[in-house]
Amino acid sequence: MKILVCISHVPDTTSKINFTDGDTKFDTNGVQFVINPNDEFGLTRAMWFKEKQGANVTVVNVGGPETEPTLRKALAIGADAAIRVNTEAKDGFQVAKELANVVNEGGYDLVIAGRESIDYNGGMVPGMLAALTNANFVTNCISLEVDGTNATAMREIDGGKETVSTSLPLVIGGQKGLVEESDLRIPNMRGIMMARQKPLSVVEPVNASAETSSVKFEKPAPKGAVTLVDADNIDELISLLHNEAKVI
Amino acid sequence: MSVLVYTESEQGKFKKTALEAASYAKAVADQMGTTVTAVAINANDTSELGNYGVDKVLKITNDDLASFNANAYASSIEQAAKQEDAKVVIVSSSADSKYIAPILAIGLNAGYASNVVDAPSSTTPFTVKRTAFTNKAFNMTTIDTDAKVVGVSKNAFGLVESNGNATTEDFSPSLPASGVKVESVDRATDKVTIADAEIVVSAGRGLKGPENWGMIEELADVLGAATACSKPVSDLGWRPHGEHVGQTGKPVASNLYIAIGISGAIQHLAGINASKVKVVINTDPEAPFFKAADYGIVGDAFEVVPTLIEKLKAFKAQNA
Ligand SMILES: Cc1cc2nc3c(=O)[nH]c(=O)nc-3n(C[C@H](O)[C@H](O)[C@H](O)COP(=O)(O)OP(=O)(O)OC[C@H]3O[C@@H](n4cnc5c(N)ncnc54)[C@H](O)[C@@H]3O)c2cc1C
Ligand SMILES: Nc1ncnc2c1ncn2[C@@H]1O[C@H](COP(=O)(O)O)[C@@H](O)[C@H]1O
Repeated sequence: MKILVCISHVPDTTSKINFTDGDTKFDTNGVQFVINPNDEFGLTRAMWFKEKQGANVTVVNVGGPETEPTLRKALAIGADAAIRVNTEAKDGFQVAKELANVVNEGGYDLVIAGRESIDYNGGMVPGMLAALTNANFVTNCISLEVDGTNATAMREIDGGKETVSTSLPLVIGGQKGLVEESDLRIPNMRGIMMARQKPLSVVEPVNASAETSSVKFEKPAPKGAVTLVDADNIDELISLLHNEAKVI
Repeated sequence: MSVLVYTESEQGKFKKTALEAASYAKAVADQMGTTVTAVAINANDTSELGNYGVDKVLKITNDDLASFNANAYASSIEQAAKQEDAKVVIVSSSADSKYIAPILAIGLNAGYASNVVDAPSSTTPFTVKRTAFTNKAFNMTTIDTDAKVVGVSKNAFGLVESNGNATTEDFSPSLPASGVKVESVDRATDKVTIADAEIVVSAGRGLKGPENWGMIEELADVLGAATACSKPVSDLGWRPHGEHVGQTGKPVASNLYIAIGISGAIQHLAGINASKVKVVINTDPEAPFFKAADYGIVGDAFEVVPTLIEKLKAFKAQNA
């Protein structure tokens, strides 16, 4: 089985979010970038398929040269090869188009992406990629088993979960549950050394165009100070929630 | 040229997010000087949609759509959009609608903006405000294609009632073959879901152990709320994974979010920030949650929560 894991390269979750150029650009100054958490769960599940079922795992990112350390980290965790599509995409559609090309060229059976990336939270790429490559698609995926060309997956739905049966070729939008937090791997020295020898190929984009454009960013209005209520005065809290906030 | 909205239902009843999507569609239609057409799949009473600005309902009744199927649903909505020559399609942010939207966008050659929180600031160009960086910022986005798909965030635009009348037409799309089949659904039907809840009661590691969740469930019960928890609580197995909220868990956009024994780490806040009113109960006045909350009690959950339950019961009895 050939697996492609889509890796989006996102600001670490504790990053300060600021903008420059008249609020049109994300300020990367001092920001540390990491593998999107949802993709980390997917990558770890892919490692399981590699170790237990002999799958071959390639990771891919659509982005500029600055994303290579993130791809190297994925190689150090255990992926066999990495691909960087050399373009700064403007929206999820453009990413999906570029990824579709990689999928078609590489003939992957299973594509593991994340349910959403934590930068723009689009939740667009996996579904669009599946539609563009005519693959089956399961998102919010919290478990995945593959047996030959058949697959069984579980997905989180509002208020519960759903088990589905499907088949390869398949695209999933993964999240925590695919593997547990405790299964996530930190690259060790050997992995880091080995990653240096592994292929990271840079491919040129097919120059898909975007369908949406970012005009500018805004920060939420600063929040007022908290209203503290004395622990002995719960009646006051109830009254505030009822009369002031009007939420009960 | 009407604005199309997919009004999702569950067990035949429209979800609140569907009515919010309809309200949003009405606002867009007013801006564009046109009408709203809704697509409803296996819904019982479609007349309710008139109260939220829908002029016409394309009603699909089909047993093959009884269990959810993203491709078949997306294709049905796509066919409706084509029949109506709709250029703007509105969907909600439910799990299923978020599943459908990207497939629909490809089918319609439409640009897609998700997590939209406000009516378009202009319709030519079509510019919407969406959340980004897990609610830490907003992004003004234009959709540059002729066809457009807009995903509306939960509890952001809200419900807007209007006293219209919706006419209903039967609609029978042809369904594509599908490669994904639902085998079983495991849904607690007696519990309020985090996605639909107006109020969410959430607790963290401050509760010390799973045996102490009785009071959290009771508080949720009194308020008609859903229960949720912080990530370590689900990682430790104290609560089911489905209750984990935050950046890597479920997003919360309720009217009221009550955080008990939760420190307010940035990753937790990121996922619940979209809630309108936040209350924190924590022994540590320095806990970061106090900076994010609207109301706070510095106190021991084991004392505050039982009193709160008791007082709320009395309050509910009085206001019933
Ligand atoms: C990549 C990444 C993603 C993450 N995603 C998430 C996420 O989605 N959701 C999430 O929740 N976390 C997430 N985290 C974890 C997050 O950083 C915090 O570790 C976590 O939210 C802390 O949980 P907590 O508040 O329950 O526990 P703690 O931080 O241990 O806080 C417990 C709180 O309880 C208070 N307390 C103790 N006793 C009492 C008492 N008797 N009464 C009242 N209060 C009491 C304490 O003062 C303290 O503030 C993520 C972390 C990373 C690195
Ligand atoms: N630039 C990118 N390169 C590779 N994969 C991506 C990229 N952007 C998004 N993805 C994948 O698509 C998923 C969902 O991203 P999004 O649609 O942006 O929320 C991510 O978790 C990744 O798996």
